[in-house]
Amino acid sequence: MTRALDGVSFAVETGEFLCVVGPSGCGKTTLLKCLSGLMSPTSGEALLEGTRISEPPEAMALVFQEYTRSLLPWLTVRGNLKLVLRRRGLGRDEIDRLIDNALASVGLGDFAKHHPWQLSGGMQQRVAIARALVYQPRVLLMDEPFASVDAQTRSDLEDLLLRVHAEYGVTVVFVTHDIDEAVYLGDRVIVLSHRPTHVDEVVPVDLPRPRDQVRTKEMSEFTHLRAHVLRHIRNDSSTPMEVQ
Amino acid sequence: MNAFKRLRNFAMEIWLPLVLFAAWWVLSADSQSVYFPPLEQILTAFREAWLFAGVGSELVPSLTRFVAGLAIAIVVGVSLGVALGSAPPLRRATMPMIEFMRAIPAPAVLPAMIAVLGFGNSMKIVLIAFGCVWPILLNTIDGVRSVDPLQLDFARVYRLSRRDRMLSLVIPAASPRIFAGLRIALALGLIVMVISEILGSSNGLGFVIIQAQQTFAIPQMWAGILVLGIVGFTVNSAFLIVERRALRWYHGWRGSQVADAPG
Repeated sequence: MTRALDGVSFAVETGEFLCVVGPSGCGKTTLLKCLSGLMSPTSGEALLEGTRISEPPEAMALVFQEYTRSLLPWLTVRGNLKLVLRRRGLGRDEIDRLIDNALASVGLGDFAKHHPWQLSGGMQQRVAIARALVYQPRVLLMDEPFASVDAQTRSDLEDLLLRVHAEYGVTVVFVTHDIDEAVYLGDRVIVLSHRPTHVDEVVPVDLPRPRDQVRTKEMSEFTHLRAHVLRHIRNDSSTPMEVQ
Repeated sequence: MNAFKRLRNFAMEIWLPLVLFAAWWVLSADSQSVYFPPLEQILTAFREAWLFAGVGSELVPSLTRFVAGLAIAIVVGVSLGVALGSAPPLRRATMPMIEFMRAIPAPAVLPAMIAVLGFGNSMKIVLIAFGCVWPILLNTIDGVRSVDPLQLDFARVYRLSRRDRMLSLVIPAASPRIFAGLRIALALGLIVMVISEILGSSNGLGFVIIQAQQTFAIPQMWAGILVLGIVGFTVNSAFLIVERRALRWYHGWRGSQVADAPG
């Protein structure tokens, strides 16, 4: 087995929005699998509130990159959300209320009866976010969630996520290969190196909130941070890179 | 689809059968052959035997056994298929046996079934179930094996119960394959049904046909075969309606996949 991760150590604060960037193939997916409990690290450990993560914890939800695959096409939007609440032992009214709230948060209140494949890509990913929200996690893991939507939809989804993060007060660990996105969204950006992966640098992002696609991105501090992260990733690489 | 288009599609499908039927009527009208009587005689026999005298005494027992055998095959095939599909070691251990068993044509087992279970309904139902179960089982195994691993990851992260994972994820995901198996099973089931009635029965469609043949009631024999064709056609049409409803999501989803193809 190849060693995907080596000396990746960091902590996430409660309520923080933490972004993780790194070159393609640097082990971001492996890292998320360890954090989510889908995979056990061969050495080292992932802790959630002091408890070792060996199985997916109830307090954690994951949004996958491939929304077309992670949403179940035979269920309606409502059905997809309902499924993750089945073990909570809630009353029918409570379930309906949670689902309606989650769908309203992502602006899909009118689409509960649609099937996911009847919606656009951006809307499907919003359903996936609503499904994570309705699960009421304390930690939300996101695996390059906006990598397969077009640029306009992407910035809309970024803003939606920021709003939801503020509204629900959930801790977010957001993995991406897009430096702009990481700096725009995060409270901190963790820069990973090439394999074997270690934490190259932790960059605090002190940009004011609420953030704005135009105003935040024209700030000199944004440009500076972006360049700083990019330089880190470039310097680190000995091979040609794919970073945006 | 508007009414006119519907009518036109129907017309495009029905004209040839009508023409052939008319041709059969005309060409057989003066037939002196014992084995190929005029269609008129066959239709008379059909009316006398099947509208609706034979429905209760022959058709209902046949279809009851068919449905019972099929139901057993579905329950056994799907549940066993889900179990084997999600347990590779078990699957590897049982696959050679399954391949061996399914290679045995159901009619070949008939004498053994008669010896063990006699000539009653249970023999026929078990035989129909035996004939139908293999395509359902094998397709279910295939369907379960091809469930998207990402969806299984989803099930783990969101801590779905075992029951929910099976009923809301694995079986629906496998359902297109299961239906494909079911379609084959239907055809096999009808064959086994008729054969079991030809060789060991005192009622049913197959019995009527063989009895007519043995008593030289040739128009009645042809009428029975006609009924069998109608039954097969109806069963298949009913299946298609059920399938279209049950797999509506699948066709819609597939359509959206094509539209979203990378490019």
